[in-house]
Amino acid sequence: MTVNGVQEEHDVEPRLLLVHYLRDVLGLTGTNVGCDTTSCGACTVLIDGESVKSCTVLAVQADGDALTTIEGMARDGTMHPIQQAFQENHGLQCGYCTPGMVMAISSFLAENPDPTEAEVRIGLEGNLCRCTGYHNIVQAALAAARTPELSSWGAGR
Amino acid sequence: MSILGNRVLRREDPKFLTVGGSYVGDLEVPGALFLSFVRSTVAHGRIRSVDIEQARAAPGVVAVYLNDDLGLEPMPPAMPMLNQEMKRPLLASGVVRHVGEPVAAVVSETREEGADAAELVIVDYDTLPVVVDPEVARDDKTLLFPELGTNVSLTLDFGAADAIFEGCEVIVRQRIVNQRIAPCPLEGRSAAARVADDGRLEYFVSTQAPHGVLSSLATTLGLPPEQIHVVSPDVGGGFGAKGGVYPEEILVAWAALKLGRPVRWTESRSESMLGLGHGRGQVQFVAMGGNRDGKILGYHIDVVQDSGCYPDLGAILPLLTRMMATGVYDIPRAECSSVSVVTNTTPTTAYRGAGRPEAAAAIERTIDRFALEIGMDPAEVRRRNYVGKGAFPFTTATGTEYDVGDYERTLDLALEVAGYDDLRAEQARRRAGNDPHQLGIGLCSYVEITNGLPDGEYGAVEVRPDGKVLVRTGTSPHGQGHVTAWSMLVADSLGVAIEDIEVIHGDTDVVPRGVGTFGSRSLQTGGVAVHQAAGEVVDLARQLAADLLEAAPEDVVLDKSAGRFHVTGTPALARSWGELAAASLDRDGRALMAEVDFTAPGPTFPFGTHIAVVDVDVETGKVVLLRHISVDDAGRILNPLLAEGQIHGGIAQGVAQALFEEFVYDDEGNPLTGNFADYGLPSAAELPSYETRFTETPTPRNPLGAKGIGESGTIGSTPAVQNAVVDALSHLGVLHVDMPTTPMRVWRAIEAAARPA
Repeated sequence: MTVNGVQEEHDVEPRLLLVHYLRDVLGLTGTNVGCDTTSCGACTVLIDGESVKSCTVLAVQADGDALTTIEGMARDGTMHPIQQAFQENHGLQCGYCTPGMVMAISSFLAENPDPTEAEVRIGLEGNLCRCTGYHNIVQAALAAARTPELSSWGAGR
Repeated sequence: MSILGNRVLRREDPKFLTVGGSYVGDLEVPGALFLSFVRSTVAHGRIRSVDIEQARAAPGVVAVYLNDDLGLEPMPPAMPMLNQEMKRPLLASGVVRHVGEPVAAVVSETREEGADAAELVIVDYDTLPVVVDPEVARDDKTLLFPELGTNVSLTLDFGAADAIFEGCEVIVRQRIVNQRIAPCPLEGRSAAARVADDGRLEYFVSTQAPHGVLSSLATTLGLPPEQIHVVSPDVGGGFGAKGGVYPEEILVAWAALKLGRPVRWTESRSESMLGLGHGRGQVQFVAMGGNRDGKILGYHIDVVQDSGCYPDLGAILPLLTRMMATGVYDIPRAECSSVSVVTNTTPTTAYRGAGRPEAAAAIERTIDRFALEIGMDPAEVRRRNYVGKGAFPFTTATGTEYDVGDYERTLDLALEVAGYDDLRAEQARRRAGNDPHQLGIGLCSYVEITNGLPDGEYGAVEVRPDGKVLVRTGTSPHGQGHVTAWSMLVADSLGVAIEDIEVIHGDTDVVPRGVGTFGSRSLQTGGVAVHQAAGEVVDLARQLAADLLEAAPEDVVLDKSAGRFHVTGTPALARSWGELAAASLDRDGRALMAEVDFTAPGPTFPFGTHIAVVDVDVETGKVVLLRHISVDDAGRILNPLLAEGQIHGGIAQGVAQALFEEFVYDDEGNPLTGNFADYGLPSAAELPSYETRFTETPTPRNPLGAKGIGESGTIGSTPAVQNAVVDALSHLGVLHVDMPTTPMRVWRAIEAAARPA
């Protein structure tokens, strides 16, 4: 598979979860684990541009795919428009849900580039945050949607 | 122009947004073993036997430990006023008292081997009678500590309530359940320990109070404090529940010392739901008396506090509930009594608000009942009973001295933002039309106590010869934005760029002392300490510049726009911060630095008014929160961006308690909400955007005029939302619905009101 544009090849145990492959084998610890029931979305990454919860995917299932994690979103030291919108709108506090939120929003805006607030809220139903009350996360998603660079930037590398 | 009061974006963010935080579970700990726990599957039982032979022989297992192997004393309750005999063993000792209690610890080479081996430990229990309900536990029929003869861990008794209601035309009474909540920081508990090259214990932990952890480790493990180095890296939320130390965390350090190898542990969510302390857990019997003109004359609250099985901070929450019992009202006669009892459940601890949301919920729910009884608008009843803004400092009937407030102003602003009259008109239309979607409007005026413990806090500011500034703080942020906020304070005093300031926290070797971050204390203690240290550094630098420039100190000015000192009238002859720092080192080898331990003369009392607007489907009982308006006053605001963020998060947690969340056990003590699939943590889809406003009434209790903001949102929102739900149904005869106001509870309340027994 490729991860953030880098070719990765490893022999792994069949039972290894994708999130553990990313964190433990590749050392990409930006992707977090927040639950054990696929409820919280802290582990959300992109497979071929589409968001998945990497705690519910086996590493071997992503064989041959192109993965993007939070580490692959910024380019040459410039934050992705969604990342910028998070900072400008104070969309994070403790930061634990943040990578998953950013990835989920990336996938959501690719499907729905001009969402209403209600659509954003329903679109983020699978990602939990305990700090922000979601207000500024929703604002960040709406702000990112209004950024002209969003479509040209795409979903990371 | 001062930077204070501006919306400065967070300096912390780029790292979190691009590579993620460095949480304990992210740290590289070469050679680390993994700790796994075998946990009790029964709520109350005598351990007949534990068979660890198979586990010990399993692949990758290094050791399996039971309590007798530890040689460690059980932990007595942290607060001396609690029954000190109700001790918590580090691993279950003979008896288990709640589902999830650690019984055995497995140390293994990999995480997976530990999980597999833990499954092979066989624990044989003789089950004992279980008590889950604190009102039943109070009867002492089923005892958790039979040798003590009681389940009571703390009693607060201030005499009979009868005289309180003499001469009242109207008395309303209500039993209110303030339900048990799981704090649910997105990062659970996590710790790692190793013996460093110098032989000291190096300990990484997800905590709100690293210096407190150091003290606890020293006491429990019998180590001299200087032999321990605690580091709290990024912390993924705490909400009060990470303020203390848990048995599992101590065992991480113990195992690393015992085995001479690094050991780490990161709990799963299912473990966290049973192991991290729970919040709230009160049953309240409330009575309010007054006259038909709206004046409240008497108030009494009797609390049964659920401590869980080992008394911790949760057991002392009634103390705070009592302090804040009468809320924003001038009530001549009031009292609060309580009993805290142990039950076969997870121990309760501090959770966002800790005792004050319970006080606010009780009186704000009850004043609505009083308003309904006398047929007066709830906003008007509140207005007639507020402590007037000229009455401060004000001492309440339960003896708490409030610093300063202007409660009516927050009500006026909240009513205006909400469009209160229009909302009432819309409600009347829906009632008249028998609309299946009824509108509810709920109010809450609250006051709470922040920095309630009389602890000081440490802050230091040091200027380096390269002109960079190093700030050390004893606070321990986990999302609050102290790095940005403390940088603003120092930048404002020194006239240096925020980018040139580094803020260090959470490392006990670098920060010599500290208390931590909880109880909305940080800005008014640690922030003030940093602010004062910055002021002292300016004075030191001015003296130094005066010496170098051969002028009197009073003639030397700091040009904050340039970050340079010069003699009045001759700006060309100046010394920069870096030059002065170098000169200080040259002169006597001392850094240009000041340290301050700031202790406030007393706590502060933030206040505000929240209004919730709900739609209740009276045919299904479903509640939708349409709007939430908050007006909060935390004194002077340092950074409105951060203050709003604290309010937003607080509102969401308060709304969640009112509508969705409850940690539930069945009668046998089995948890029914032990993971995120079953527990009602809301997503963005269940919540609206919030309409937040602030008023600013500076407190005289610190030089920044700041009060705490971290818990206000929760305290204000919970009763507003609950009151809104009841308000939507009051014309149907519904007087009260306990939280969470689930569709089933709402529907049943409507049915019960329609068919009185």
